[in-house]
Amino acid sequence: MSVFRFFRRGGSAPVARERLQILLAHERKASSQPDLLNVLREEILAVVAKHISLDPDRVRISMDRGDPVSVLEVDIEIPNKFDMPKSGAA
Amino acid sequence: MGKVLVVTSGKGGVGKTTTTAALGAALAQTGETVVVVDFDVGLRNLDLVMGAERRVVFDLINVIQGVAKLSQALIRDKRLETLWLLPASQTRDKDALTEEGVGRVITELREKFDWVICDSPAGIERGAILAMRYADAAIIVTNPEVSSVRDSDRIIGMLDSKTKLAENGGRIDKHLLITRYDSARAHRGEMLSIDDVLEILSTPLLGIIPESEDVLRASNVGAPVTLGNRLSGPGRAYMEAARRLQGESVSMTIPMQKRGLFDKLFGRRAA
Ligand SMILES: Nc1ncnc2c1ncn2[C@@H]1O[C@H](COP(=O)(O)OP(=O)(O)O)[C@@H](O)[C@H]1O
Ligand SMILES: [Mg+2]
Repeated sequence: MSVFRFFRRGGSAPVARERLQILLAHERKASSQPDLLNVLREEILAVVAKHISLDPDRVRISMDRGDPVSVLEVDIEIPNKFDMPKSGAA
Repeated sequence: MGKVLVVTSGKGGVGKTTTTAALGAALAQTGETVVVVDFDVGLRNLDLVMGAERRVVFDLINVIQGVAKLSQALIRDKRLETLWLLPASQTRDKDALTEEGVGRVITELREKFDWVICDSPAGIERGAILAMRYADAAIIVTNPEVSSVRDSDRIIGMLDSKTKLAENGGRIDKHLLITRYDSARAHRGEMLSIDDVLEILSTPLLGIIPESEDVLRASNVGAPVTLGNRLSGPGRAYMEAARRLQGESVSMTIPMQKRGLFDKLFGRRAA
């Protein structure tokens, strides 16, 4: 991260502007329609939970909202042996 | 068991969020584990000041409502591995913060971290009371200016009556932090002097943070001033305040050079 550079150079306002633009774009969208990143997160977890019982300690989720792309990372540890729910798929 | 601190003031815009981030980063640099918790529901800003706004997945209310586990909501600082953030929610429903829920989360945080620093919202309503509710110690952020001092006095009264500790007959540790101190204006008699503020509030002084554009720069780039620019005036002052919190006795220096003030302050006992 090049954050510290700005302390030496002065001129930190452009960084502030860029950070705000990215953040506000997401926040404004979120207040008019559900935030896509959050919808994806919830649905992905729901799908996985349908097949195995999710241990919250074995799930790591991170987001990095950016422009032009955001990253949603869902990291789930799936035990090799697990009980298929009785009504489970396939 | 960690220590729970609330950063509070009554009045808005005095420097609570700046202080929470700066002290959190200063304490974390000594190797102790720190979590800063944003209680400003609906108006979260600590994530921005910490530079973590793009990484928020879950928040305090999600944890209280059981939507997420605490470990999923905590965001680890990218620069300091001992520093963590628990963001506030942007929801408009402030009632989602319950006393019982906050109690559960604070208990869990206290077990995991050496320091739990709660950034209070402005005002004297529910949100501010919940932020101080489970605190062991309070940092009262005051600007040397009449309305801020008056509000601090109110808050001090609440710390002595509305906290769990006070209700159980204990005494909450109180530290006064004077921020946005402009020595030139104080020298011209345009601002209350440090002595005036201390006399009125009779609370031990934790530090004096100068008014400085370094604070604005720090928030622009999302780095607490004690992390990005710790040699700046406010950076140093916050670093010293953190050492006092850790029990060290550090002599109080006035942020700027005006004659007389240093002499007056020299030897004053720190909080
Ligand atoms: N020591 C300081 N010097 C200059 N500006 C400051 C200082 N402390 C805080 N500020 C500025 O004052 C404003 C309010 O600070 P903030 O920490 O958000 O206050 P609060 O959380 O009490 O509302 C922000 O714009 C911040 O950058
Ligand atoms: Mg604030």
